[in-house]
Amino acid sequence: MNKPIIELKNVDFSYNHHAILNDVNMTVYANDFIAIIGPNGGGKTTLLKLMLGLLPAGHGSIRIIGEKPKKVSHRIGYVPQNVNANKNFPISVMDVVLMGCLKSGRLWTHPTKTDRISAKEALEKMEMLKHHKRRIGELSGGQRQRVFIARALAGKPEILFLDEPTASVDTHGQTELYSLLKELNKHVTILVVSHDLMVVSSYVKTVICVNQCVHQHDAAEMTKEMLDMAYQCPVELIAHGLPHRVLGDH
Amino acid sequence: MLEALQFEFMRNAVMAAIMASAICGVIGTLVVVNRIVFLAGGIAHAAYGGIGLAFFLGLPYFVGIFGFSVIAAMIMAAITLKEKNRADTFIGVVWAVGMALGVILLDIKEGYNVDLMSYLFGSILTVPSSELYIMAGLSLFIVIIVGFYYHDFLAMSYDQEFAQLRGVSVKPLYFLLIGMIALSVVMVIKVVGLILIIALLTIPPFIAERYTNSLLQMMLFSGFLSIIFSLVGLWFSYKLNLTSGATIIMVAAFAFFLSLLIDRIRRHAVK
Repeated sequence: MNKPIIELKNVDFSYNHHAILNDVNMTVYANDFIAIIGPNGGGKTTLLKLMLGLLPAGHGSIRIIGEKPKKVSHRIGYVPQNVNANKNFPISVMDVVLMGCLKSGRLWTHPTKTDRISAKEALEKMEMLKHHKRRIGELSGGQRQRVFIARALAGKPEILFLDEPTASVDTHGQTELYSLLKELNKHVTILVVSHDLMVVSSYVKTVICVNQCVHQHDAAEMTKEMLDMAYQCPVELIAHGLPHRVLGDH
Repeated sequence: MLEALQFEFMRNAVMAAIMASAICGVIGTLVVVNRIVFLAGGIAHAAYGGIGLAFFLGLPYFVGIFGFSVIAAMIMAAITLKEKNRADTFIGVVWAVGMALGVILLDIKEGYNVDLMSYLFGSILTVPSSELYIMAGLSLFIVIIVGFYYHDFLAMSYDQEFAQLRGVSVKPLYFLLIGMIALSVVMVIKVVGLILIIALLTIPPFIAERYTNSLLQMMLFSGFLSIIFSLVGLWFSYKLNLTSGATIIMVAAFAFFLSLLIDRIRRHAVK
């Protein structure tokens, strides 16, 4: 493995005196593909927002690419959870993606030629370039999801965070999306928050379970503890290796 | 209407209507897409406290409204950022306190004889030439600021969290927007009055939103609609001898319901 790209040490976070995350330690290396799973309210989104610098950590240290999160947030691509918010907003697909090219420290923020090229490349990658003039609200949920990933890619990020990207996508779309992410993973470290344990397991390299505490599992291999945690009830594991193996040999 | 234009007060009224409308197009669009209509209403009504303060201290009303509504606006902006889920309650309080303060200050000030109705419902026919220059300056200022920060405003309005990640200074920008709403209130009070401002800030952008593909188009189109509503309203008020502010709002409201109706018919046709 190469150098750590994300490092969390003894991180705590509480909201209104209510502990959300407790003594979190985790290390992520470049080019990993990580699924973050856990029950609702377990702190998955909070964990992402801490790493993005959108929330301040109570205790402990967070280092992203060796820096404090706020300093490097522009080097992270972020795909938020709710892509259906603001559907009626009068904005074209292209303008949404161009938002991903905004940079801190630039006073005059009108997009440059280079920005437009990056935005077009990102749309091309997501196979959405032909829709670039359409209004964002006219697209389907899955198409909108792709536009938001393109927006995250337009800034040429080193790390990509996706918060439940398949929430508004059907099963076929999910498979397509994860294949695409696998392709992107060749150059970018990816962390994806997800509920679809089974879909995720055949693509990711590492699984992180979040439920106040964080457990990191090196291989994308289901353990009984992980499933129990994800589904909040005892789960029986049965698998036969095909069509894709989610369990270790047993 | 043309023969009416030979009077200076009518020419001034038309100029004031055009400038106020253009600004309502720009600022109203940002108000609508940021969903801060209630906050804008709060600023407009709290401005009444500024009118009271101006008469009480013997200042020009422009200074009173401007100072007071900017301060009230900043307080409300700070509260909305801090207490997101109780923001509406606090805005309601500032809204009412501003108006009450205005009434009391005017009570205390002995022997005042201002036509308060003209501030509540506008008095576009009494805009002096000197005020037109102030309006022009304010309009220019707002257009330059919004033009310069257009992409930051766009990002903030569409997805505040993402904008923050990309290094947009969301908080200062938010205060800037609220400050500009206060400026617009000062300008539009003469045209339609503080009670009716909210209609001119919301109706044109609401109609424009559905027919445009970008925030800029929405601003231009709602500014255009605003100008049409104001001029048509002005014409009706001149012809029928009605209060101009209220007539302008009625024209806008008529267009609002008409656009809803057209939308309904179109949707049925698609089905």
